[in-house]
Amino acid sequence: MTEPLHERRAGAPAILETWNGEAVDVRAVPVLPVARFRAVILEVLREGGRLAAFFGRPVDGRVVVTAALADDPEGKLGLLSTVVDGAYPALSSEAPQAQGFERELAEQYGVVPEGHPWLKPLRFEPPHREVRDPFGRSDPAATIPGEYPFYRVEGEEVHEVAVGPVHAGIIEPGHFRFQCHGEEVFHLEIVLGYQHRGAERMLAGGPDRRSLVVAESIAGDTSVGHGLAYVKALESLSGVAAPARAMALRGVALELERLANHVGDIGALANDVGFLPTASYCGALRADFLNALAEICGNRFGRSLLVHGGVRFDLSSDSALALAARLRESWGQVKGAAGLFFESPSVRARLEETGRVSRETALEIGLVGPAARASGVDRDVRRDHAFGIYRFAHVPVVTADSGDVFSRAWIRFLESDRSVAFAVSQLENLPDGDVRAPPARLAPDRLVVSLVEGWRGEIAHVAVTDRDGRFARYKVKDPSFHNWLGLALALRDGQISDFPLCNKSFNLSYAGHDL
Amino acid sequence: MIDILQFRLRYGQQTVAFPDGPPRFPERFRGRPVVDPARCPDGCRACADACPTEAILDPGEARMRVDLGRCLFCADCVEACPPGAIRYGHDHRLAARSRDDLLVSRDEPLLAAALDEEARRLFGRSLRLRQVSAAGCNGCEAELNATGNIQFDLSRFGIQFVASPRHADGIVVTGPVSENMRAALLATYEAVPPPRIVVAVGACAISGGPFRGSPVVHDGAAGALGGIPVDLFVPGCPPHPITVLDGLLRLLGRLDGDEARRVAR
Repeated sequence: MTEPLHERRAGAPAILETWNGEAVDVRAVPVLPVARFRAVILEVLREGGRLAAFFGRPVDGRVVVTAALADDPEGKLGLLSTVVDGAYPALSSEAPQAQGFERELAEQYGVVPEGHPWLKPLRFEPPHREVRDPFGRSDPAATIPGEYPFYRVEGEEVHEVAVGPVHAGIIEPGHFRFQCHGEEVFHLEIVLGYQHRGAERMLAGGPDRRSLVVAESIAGDTSVGHGLAYVKALESLSGVAAPARAMALRGVALELERLANHVGDIGALANDVGFLPTASYCGALRADFLNALAEICGNRFGRSLLVHGGVRFDLSSDSALALAARLRESWGQVKGAAGLFFESPSVRARLEETGRVSRETALEIGLVGPAARASGVDRDVRRDHAFGIYRFAHVPVVTADSGDVFSRAWIRFLESDRSVAFAVSQLENLPDGDVRAPPARLAPDRLVVSLVEGWRGEIAHVAVTDRDGRFARYKVKDPSFHNWLGLALALRDGQISDFPLCNKSFNLSYAGHDL
Repeated sequence: MIDILQFRLRYGQQTVAFPDGPPRFPERFRGRPVVDPARCPDGCRACADACPTEAILDPGEARMRVDLGRCLFCADCVEACPPGAIRYGHDHRLAARSRDDLLVSRDEPLLAAALDEEARRLFGRSLRLRQVSAAGCNGCEAELNATGNIQFDLSRFGIQFVASPRHADGIVVTGPVSENMRAALLATYEAVPPPRIVVAVGACAISGGPFRGSPVVHDGAAGALGGIPVDLFVPGCPPHPITVLDGLLRLLGRLDGDEARRVAR
């Protein structure tokens, strides 16, 4: 046993303050009684704080639950823990943004959040320890997604539409169930878990030679984002600092990933409303950014670029300048192609007022990334919890206020504009020096929260090392973890025919959610 | 409308020259690995020890091979091998008809054989495929989507991804096949009217990839489909769209050996 599971002395702070990428002594995280733990979290959330991570880990047969709270305006994180046995009063009943975290906790460790508004399996993963099924299923092992207590609207002329897991396009699997009255959607329920590969459990016990490729594969469209959160965690735990040139190249790669996805999404939205010129051009222009990543590291998704201690590939100053020039040119083309789309009155008419998520809702359910910013929530890890190169060079944060499909599309365009400017300026001013520092062993008994603003929003990895410096627990949170509920709520009172458009406007990760 | 036409004129033709001309790749592109055991120091197995997916067999011996079904085309082995006994070439042609063919040695090209005459008669000019992502991370899915864009333009070869398995001639599987997705994969396969083909795209669908050995996945399509043969394996993490095109076109007998000479170095 490496940490005290008793209540701390009176007057000790209830929260351990830390920041993005600071490794703290895991024994210094306050362990509070459940009631106090809950009261402190609810108070922080009421005051505008946010749950960046919330997870369990087994310690001596009991479950230690740790919350990482984010104070965005102050750029701080707060850590606190509690020990639970069997059940505890749910946070979700008062703080809806905790709903997914508490379902996950129940599923992984059999801990029941009592009073959770609707406790259901999250991703149908086998429990991490021997437990009684918290969902009351007769045979939990035989249950696959779909066998599930769906929310049902009853009544004459109410009908149900079920879609998936296999979708019409080349898309990851998930199940969507609509409660409709005519064309109007009363409720959409999203069931995920089909993609569960056991990523967290493969990372536990590491780091080993497999860990980095697992991290890069959490969501294959976010290889750089998740890969960066992972190597950043390693560097914090081992006290290794990536050289400045590596930080700049990492920033370029992260923005290229954002650009490829945002440009692709604008094309996909154009396709969904039948505006084919932009669909075709943006579909092809997306490749310019993927190919730029391949110029740097040989892989269109940025795989193998990141290593513990820096980046694996350097760019000569000539090729950096050439790449910057190409990015400028590609962005000029995107502006033309996207301009056709955004300036077309019929397109705007279709996008505006569709799939609206209000600012209040966005805050309540803890939306992150472009989906949050499109609803007027001003949060971005690159500014609020700046890491790496973003501590030295800033990317202006853009918000919109209508919270509809139009805003989510337009935000992508505006963000891309800033990303290109950032990437170009980094490439034109790469710091001198090495791109790699020698890796080192991880310190024992440490905990680090590693946040990265991926193209979908906040990626949070939390690594806890054991006394040998190996991962006792590796917790992964993809931005989609929060945002899937946003998609469900965007459909409320909308038309069922709006679904493809709303879905594309969020474009969430199934694999990132299911892990 | 005028703006659209103007843009169209400025933007020009985007479709790649492949397969009539050589495909172009960035200088650092990692194609088929090339091994030269003669350069291995005695008893050295550094490449195999560094490989995240145990893809290097018999390191340091004359029969040293790389299992492309497991290979993620990362750079760990190359970095572990200063003598250069293992390196990546630029050859994009990676697809094979059998799992054993994916074990490559030295610098021998890998060209997938065509289907038999009857299957080519049926599918050769029109092949409709249903894609099933079975715990794929969206990397392979993204590259399969890219095969349909105006650059790679799969439909010019009469190949198309369709919305329903009932309209399909086969399935294309991505991902290691999670236990949670196995039933849906089997149901989709069953819904395709025979004769039907199975294509496994990406390291995950061939061997489980980074997730091989995880207790909640089936280490790829062959394992999950239990006895149903896989007709084409397309390695990569993810495979480049050109590699996917190459595999499908060879399967249909639409690329001959002569094309080998046009591979750009």
